[in-house]
Amino acid sequence: MMDQNDTPIFELDHITYAYNNQIALNDVSLTVRAGERIAILGANGSGKSTLLKILDALYFATRGTARAFGEPLTEDALQDEARAFAFRRRVGLVFQDPDVQLFSPTVWDEVTFAPLHLGLAQNEVIERAEWAMDLLNITKLRDRAPHRLSGGEKKKVALASVLALRPEVWLLDEPTASLDPRSTSRLLDFIDELTREGKTIITATHDLDIVEEIADRVVMFCEDHAITGDGGARAMLSNRERLIECNLIHAHRHRHDATGEEHIHHHLHAAPHEHEH
Amino acid sequence: MNQSKRKTRGVIEKTLAEITGALEQTLFAEELARQPGLLQALDARAKLLGAFALLIAISAAQNLVVIAALYALTLPVAIASRVPLGFFLKRVWVLMPFFTGIVALPALFSPFTPGAPLITLIDLASPRVYLAITYPGVITAAFLLMRVGASVSIAVLLILTTRWATLLHALRVLRVPQAFVLILGMTYRYIYVLLHAVNNLFLARTSRVVGRVSGADNRRWVAASMGALFAKSYALSDDVYLAMLSRGFRGEARAMDAIAWRARDGVWLAVFVVIAVIAIWLGK
Repeated sequence: MMDQNDTPIFELDHITYAYNNQIALNDVSLTVRAGERIAILGANGSGKSTLLKILDALYFATRGTARAFGEPLTEDALQDEARAFAFRRRVGLVFQDPDVQLFSPTVWDEVTFAPLHLGLAQNEVIERAEWAMDLLNITKLRDRAPHRLSGGEKKKVALASVLALRPEVWLLDEPTASLDPRSTSRLLDFIDELTREGKTIITATHDLDIVEEIADRVVMFCEDHAITGDGGARAMLSNRERLIECNLIHAHRHRHDATGEEHIHHHLHAAPHEHEH
Repeated sequence: MNQSKRKTRGVIEKTLAEITGALEQTLFAEELARQPGLLQALDARAKLLGAFALLIAISAAQNLVVIAALYALTLPVAIASRVPLGFFLKRVWVLMPFFTGIVALPALFSPFTPGAPLITLIDLASPRVYLAITYPGVITAAFLLMRVGASVSIAVLLILTTRWATLLHALRVLRVPQAFVLILGMTYRYIYVLLHAVNNLFLARTSRVVGRVSGADNRRWVAASMGALFAKSYALSDDVYLAMLSRGFRGEARAMDAIAWRARDGVWLAVFVVIAVIAIWLGK
């Protein structure tokens, strides 16, 4: 599903972001088109979350230019309420830590927060919130306090709080972090559903096991906070040297699946940096 | 020395127990607010306004018997609202002597409240030193204790029988500034996150400590933990603000319209207000 004029959803041109003189993103250029499913792959602290926050206009680049839906993505541009609302209705970010995202006294307040604050009519707010809670099967949690929920339930509420916006673009930060296998599986089903609806999905993760299920394209970050690779998911995942270099797998213990054999593989090497398989 | 070591170790364990206790107590309060009971069935606005009227009556009444009668009324209401009486009395009266008692204590004595002596403690002719517990002093202290006891009882009943979210909603509907209600809601919400963080810090420490640790080391650790917790809460507040911005917050909190007001709520509010007016009239 392409944008009407085939205008990219996001265009980042040589973006650098520094925080307290520490580089968090280093000269990043990236174009995202409508309907793409992208995994931002990188070890902890490589800049994945920062990139998502730049894309969600929560952080603004120190250097370089960013555009969203063909318009400049700057702090000044978003001062205009109508433009800010239009952007926020189209892009939703699910934070890694549900305790960060779930700040309201009840699940209902949480799910209605975005539509209510983005100026929707009250009957539409109610209709959307009920729809989102029904879809994620959390209607029974409606009056519960978010801090009393289990990890899996919290994640569902966090998803519902964004789903109520019906955004075109989903930004997911480490969505499987601290989820049990069943909740992970449900989350993957949910992402699958979004894919069928033609949503643009950008997921920051270091969970290699889910990458091929949630993304067709992989953008890889190394510890220098710069993009070291951008390409098809399968090709990127089979480049073991790069995965090792970016601290995503360990040389002595990793999974062999490109060959059809899938097993955890331990080995010692006689000479330094010898990795013959 | 050994004794002091044991004592400081006890402080950490005590803090752990207290944190767990606080979490359990709020869980209990939330459960209680869901029970079917007299006050639970009322609209939070009726309870809030009714409590406000009664608090004014307690402050305005100049007759100890009237204040005591208002307090006595809270007991059957507590029972009808399924609040365990022992828990209710303990919650109000156990900590009171430590706070209000200390404030009320000086009022008992002749230098602060002169008048007819009830018990003379010191009476020397030369040099002239006189100290007595006076009748007016006892009455003043009794007024203070009774007023605080009755007011706290009403506040405790309101909180125990109303879910926090509903109470916040009532505040919003009653035109309390939205920013204030939002901050109140978020404070309560994140106290849990931070309590869990503190609990984990203490548990992690306990799991790694074998034998006795010196008081100085313990103090150093507690100071470092406070710093860590402050840094954590600061980072958390930054992230929460971003999460709010991401979903459309622009500095002005919005709220949904009020829930419907039923006739029964009006009747009960009228009952509370009439009791308050009678109390003020009788207590003149």
